Amino acid sequence: MANLVQETALTQHTTRDLLLQVRDLTVTYQTRNGSLNAIEHLNFDMYRGEVLGLVGESGSGKSTLGKALLRMILPPGSISAGQILFDGKNILQFSAEQMRDIRGRQISMIFQDPMTSLNPVQRLDDHIIEAIRVHEPQVSRQEALKRAQELVSRLGIEPRRLNDYPHQLSGGMRQRIMIGLALALKAKLIIADEPTTSLDVIVEAQFLDLLRELKDEYGLTILLISHNIGIVAELADRVAVMYAGQIVEVSDSDQVFHNPLHPYTDGLMKSIPNISLEAEHQTLYRMEGSPPNLINPPSGCRFNPRCPHMMPEICPIKVPPLTLIPTQPSSEHQAACWLHIPHDKPE
Amino acid sequence: MAEQSEYPLVELRNVTKHFPVARGFMESLSGQPPKVVHAVEDVSFQIQRGEVFGLAGESGSGKTTTGRLAIHLLKPTSGEVIFNGINLETLSESDMRRMRRQMQAIFQDPFASMNPRMTLGEGIGHGLKIQKLENSAAAIEQRVKEILDHVGLTPAEAYYNRYPHQISGGQRQRAVIARALVLHPDFIMADEPIAMADVSVRSVLLDLMIRLKQEFNLTYLFITHDLATAKYICDRIAIMYLGKIVEIGTIHDVYQNPQHPYTEALLAAVPVPDPRHKRAKPIPAGEIPNPINPPSGCRFHPRCPIAQEVCKHEVPQLRLAPTGGDNLAACHLRTGDYQQLDPTVPTAFHI
Repeated sequence: MANLVQETALTQHTTRDLLLQVRDLTVTYQTRNGSLNAIEHLNFDMYRGEVLGLVGESGSGKSTLGKALLRMILPPGSISAGQILFDGKNILQFSAEQMRDIRGRQISMIFQDPMTSLNPVQRLDDHIIEAIRVHEPQVSRQEALKRAQELVSRLGIEPRRLNDYPHQLSGGMRQRIMIGLALALKAKLIIADEPTTSLDVIVEAQFLDLLRELKDEYGLTILLISHNIGIVAELADRVAVMYAGQIVEVSDSDQVFHNPLHPYTDGLMKSIPNISLEAEHQTLYRMEGSPPNLINPPSGCRFNPRCPHMMPEICPIKVPPLTLIPTQPSSEHQAACWLHIPHDKPE
Repeated sequence: MAEQSEYPLVELRNVTKHFPVARGFMESLSGQPPKVVHAVEDVSFQIQRGEVFGLAGESGSGKTTTGRLAIHLLKPTSGEVIFNGINLETLSESDMRRMRRQMQAIFQDPFASMNPRMTLGEGIGHGLKIQKLENSAAAIEQRVKEILDHVGLTPAEAYYNRYPHQISGGQRQRAVIARALVLHPDFIMADEPIAMADVSVRSVLLDLMIRLKQEFNLTYLFITHDLATAKYICDRIAIMYLGKIVEIGTIHDVYQNPQHPYTEALLAAVPVPDPRHKRAKPIPAGEIPNPINPPSGCRFHPRCPIAQEVCKHEVPQLRLAPTGGDNLAACHLRTGDYQQLDPTVPTAFHI
């Protein structure tokens, strides 16, 4: 029986459909004080139909990654190395024209503040109709309007609100309109960068519920970028943890939360108050120090100055690569930590 | 001195705050009364010495305005704010300035709270100068360095001459805490003090605040939108909705046995950092309405899953829960005179 379960899990793995492969991606910013790599040698995959949660603190590079996937890094920053294989093609080699097709239609982005993404002098129906017709010019305005109406009612917004301007909507509704735009375009990948950070907790829960339903209904693939570990736990199938521009751990959501391998992940999980626990049973972990300055990052493992398990013979010397760690047979658990990566003691 | 402790340290009695809405010239000719935002409506609570009193709610609930009223940064439209037995309204401007030493504030954004042209030493020592608590520059420097040590900005000499932009966000919030503490206040109003900090730094700041509270015998008014954080640090809590307190009590009773349907919804909506956790209660639809025209009766009734006709017309008062807990809730159906109308089976006494 156990064998059978294990086998099914494995077949599911192999048949999972790759949508995005990021290889060795590095984004460099030139600053007055020198150049820094906001993200460095990043490797990860995304499969169709999954929500990958990307967790990290400010400055960890998670938003830079989101922008890099759309090639929206502006000077003084640039993608200085690596590949982004989207649907098997390296979009770093695409022309500006090809990229325009990717942005919005293939990959949609939802930002923290939807007001900055919506045109304040354009009514909502025009937003959605334009989005549909830019990519599908053969659709008539009438037809597009009909689609827009169906769409917003699915999102829990009355179709008459399509006559409104963005400022007439609440924050929660605006964010739902942003999802609507992504759905209208039938985007293959939705990058949601802190989508609920400007929302109140009840509206946030409503939005997460909606996103979960839509994910199943439309088979959405979502890269959910957030500093809020709680919302990642609610939605993500897999979780990647970033620290100082690097991915330090990736696995199934359950593994990352319940069996974290990297001491940074472990510390992060233990340092957030959990409402489901009694306060007297909670001792918050106090992580020493603060995230490093990327102009002059610590050598070796970037977390080593804050790490309670730091091994002086290797951690400050050698960069730990993100490595598959054999934990449970059914999960692919990767971590970049010398505690778990077999290594020879360097002399 | 002894009889002072008979009073709660801070008391708000029926405090209301309305803000006029700016209107255009044509509107002012229309003869209609000016619109007001009902930011805080008839709010009363007491904060005891040594307590961490939480104020939670969504944006627009009036929690920040209430915090500002509590330290008299805003004057109430009606009602009284009493500090240590003294009605702050009765104080002259100079007496109020002296009183300010005893009540300090910590805000969300430490960068906006500090003068960018002052070094940490100057900024933190400024209050000592204004309050004339120390006479010589050397004495001020001495006190500032002591307080830098207390908040963990060590060695103090290394931070004394730095500017706010030269230190990290977490360190800046420590400096703001130091500036509040250097005057040895009794009461600190902390409005979302950790919301801007990095996740890995938040727990450190929270525990720092808990330690300093013991060291300096402080009383906190802790304003937050995050009920998980409130659970960690607060002793008692008031839940606000559209300018009114809907529920108030000890953390234990409010979280274990919430009476008001809004409290229930708010607690259920808090994301739990555990993928195995399943949400217990459904989330009500809709969003917090505009406080210019708050709903009649119970302000939550348009969104309330159990609302009845009475909820549209009568304003519910805060009353003790029938569960035996110490929490007060303002709900006709749960704690008021219409409990027989509650469509949910009472979950009381489920021991």
